[in-house]
Amino acid sequence: MTSEAIARREQVRTDRVARYERMVEIRALEDRVQELFAEGLVHGTTHTAQGQEAVAVGVAAAARATDSVTCTYRGHGVALALGLTPLDVIGEIMGRTVGSIGGVGGSMHLCEPAVGLLPTFAIVGAGIPVAAGAALTAQVRGTDTAAVAVFGDGSSNIGAFHEGLNLAAIWSLPVVFVCENNQYGEYSRINLTTPITDLADRATSYGMPSQIVDGQDPDAVHAATEKALDHARAGSGPTLLEMKTYRYAGHSRADTAPYRPEGEFEDWYDNRDPINGFRARLEAEGTLTPEQVDAIGHEVAARIEAAVTDAEASPRAGIETMFANIVAPATEGT
Amino acid sequence: MAKMRMNQAISAALADEMRADPDVVMFGEDVAVAGGPFKTSDGLLAEFGPSRVRDTPISEMGFLGAAVGAASTGLRPVVEIMFIEFLGVALDQLATEAAKFHYLSGGKLTVPLTVRASTGAGLGFGTQHSQTLEGWLIGTPGLKVAVASGPQTGYGLLRAAIQDDNPVVVLEPRVRYSTRAEVNVGDDAVIPLGVAARVADGNDVTIVGLGGTVLTALDAAGRAQGWSADVIDLQTVYPWDRATVLESVQRTGRVVTVEENPFGGGWGTDITSVVGAELFGRLAAPPLRITAPDVPVPYGKHLEARYVPDAEYVTAQIDHLVSHGELPPHWWDDGEVGQ
Ligand SMILES: Cc1ncc(C[n+]2csc(CCOP(=O)(O)OP(=O)(O)O)c2C)c(N)n1
Ligand SMILES: [Mg+2]
Repeated sequence: MTSEAIARREQVRTDRVARYERMVEIRALEDRVQELFAEGLVHGTTHTAQGQEAVAVGVAAAARATDSVTCTYRGHGVALALGLTPLDVIGEIMGRTVGSIGGVGGSMHLCEPAVGLLPTFAIVGAGIPVAAGAALTAQVRGTDTAAVAVFGDGSSNIGAFHEGLNLAAIWSLPVVFVCENNQYGEYSRINLTTPITDLADRATSYGMPSQIVDGQDPDAVHAATEKALDHARAGSGPTLLEMKTYRYAGHSRADTAPYRPEGEFEDWYDNRDPINGFRARLEAEGTLTPEQVDAIGHEVAARIEAAVTDAEASPRAGIETMFANIVAPATEGT
Repeated sequence: MAKMRMNQAISAALADEMRADPDVVMFGEDVAVAGGPFKTSDGLLAEFGPSRVRDTPISEMGFLGAAVGAASTGLRPVVEIMFIEFLGVALDQLATEAAKFHYLSGGKLTVPLTVRASTGAGLGFGTQHSQTLEGWLIGTPGLKVAVASGPQTGYGLLRAAIQDDNPVVVLEPRVRYSTRAEVNVGDDAVIPLGVAARVADGNDVTIVGLGGTVLTALDAAGRAQGWSADVIDLQTVYPWDRATVLESVQRTGRVVTVEENPFGGGWGTDITSVVGAELFGRLAAPPLRITAPDVPVPYGKHLEARYVPDAEYVTAQIDHLVSHGELPPHWWDDGEVGQ
């Protein structure tokens, strides 16, 4: 729901405990979505983002609701971070009318313009130039809004990445390119498809600043994104941010990730988990108590269950929805 | 003869061509180590090695372009485009480069390139991963477009495509990858391009199917009461086999195409316009096209099932055509939907 999304958006922008809670929510939703597919309650496919919660939440904390964001099919986390509700997301995945776009899109297709989320992209790289275009709107109209493109490491090998960055650079567009380097594109480890380790290096070719960021630390993601957005709003052009992160699940529903070197997942999970790390920091600072942690855990679990129940109670998208929203209605007077 | 799923038949066709000709190479995303996202190249890396079987980055324009260059200088590359939609970022290399090289070299160069792509709805992959999109390709002189309907044609058309000296696209309906059937393999099983197959015989109507709709057409013909049908598997949609289709319609007097694509611009327009013009005055009923509605492919099992014409609907449409001698309404014309 749009009004709820706007309120949830603001929480993440202003409150670090809310950011912690949102990360917990993303993890819980992704785990539940995997179960729904495993139970056969949903057909098709899904791409979950456990392990990457800090990138989603850190970016959402830095961007304003008036900024435009593009992201990928692995978009449940970014959508929740930007404010979409668990019901918006789960409802969409289950093909229900309460879903983000009314249940005609499914897992890969979420959208909420009220919090800046353009339709999520199921084609690799497609969102990168589109974010540059959203930044063009801001530049031409002279507003102080900006745009953010969130995409994967594998996407930095497609033409759209290079064309989008180059265009944004020569036009000095207010856009931030956020590469979630989770080390894999589908079943291929990054070293098999990409001749460099640090994708931030690619910014050099386009004369734009870049930064390597610890993608498991929401404060670091927030700080780097905010700095890049300030730079963009000041008219100084785009930045490429490389978030070093890790995808806990396989690429998609059916993938058990047999190609991962032994111990790699465990290493990230045990030592660099974004939720554990952030919780420890907030507790050490005295910002969060163990009691609050428990309470958040319970509230989030209940919220996700309620979303599943509400989604199941909502009607499936009906046949008539197939014919809706295909072309925009003619404007008055044309 | 061996019982195989369509994806296994495709692997077998690739292996047979690679054994026969060391110039055949193949590449695409996760086709080598993983054996293909749909397991259509299982075992090829082990048999033919990493020089001939390669994984690529996510760079369709790059690797399809490289295939054009390799094809015009001596190799016979086969590239996999995982979902036909991804051809969108590489279409120039196929339609504007590969398809024109022979012409623009004054006939001196050939481009023996095969592009395979999975197509179609039915698995819940949503709007950007469920289209058939042969319409992007047909009407491009210099290109041939074949569509597999099951394991046997998956094997035979692919081998013909690899042997052809022109760029050929072989489309593979994703829902059929898991279809199992007895498959004839070997040189006798190669299916020539540009030739359709009559897969059922009847008297009153000619049903033309392509790819995933061939099985639908056969099912529909099996349910017929009061009429019987020739069912034609078009096999190659560009250029298509006029002789086989016209010969059949001359006997039956009625032509029906069953298409998975939206009504507007579908491949059936080509067929029905030629049949209508060539057999003008000799038809017992107007040419009928049975298609999906003019909408994006929806998500959700029940919507997707409604989107793609099913056998029951095809039978009902033909019942109407045969008994009234005029076109039946489309299901979406009934007034309850459409606005
Ligand atoms: C143009 C295009 N090619 C291929 C695909 C299939 N595909 C979907 S996701 C993916 C991997 C993308 O990897 P990355 O950019 O690292 O993002 P991640 O999935 O890791 O988030 C591939 C190859 C696609 N959707 N679009
Ligand atoms: Mg990745």
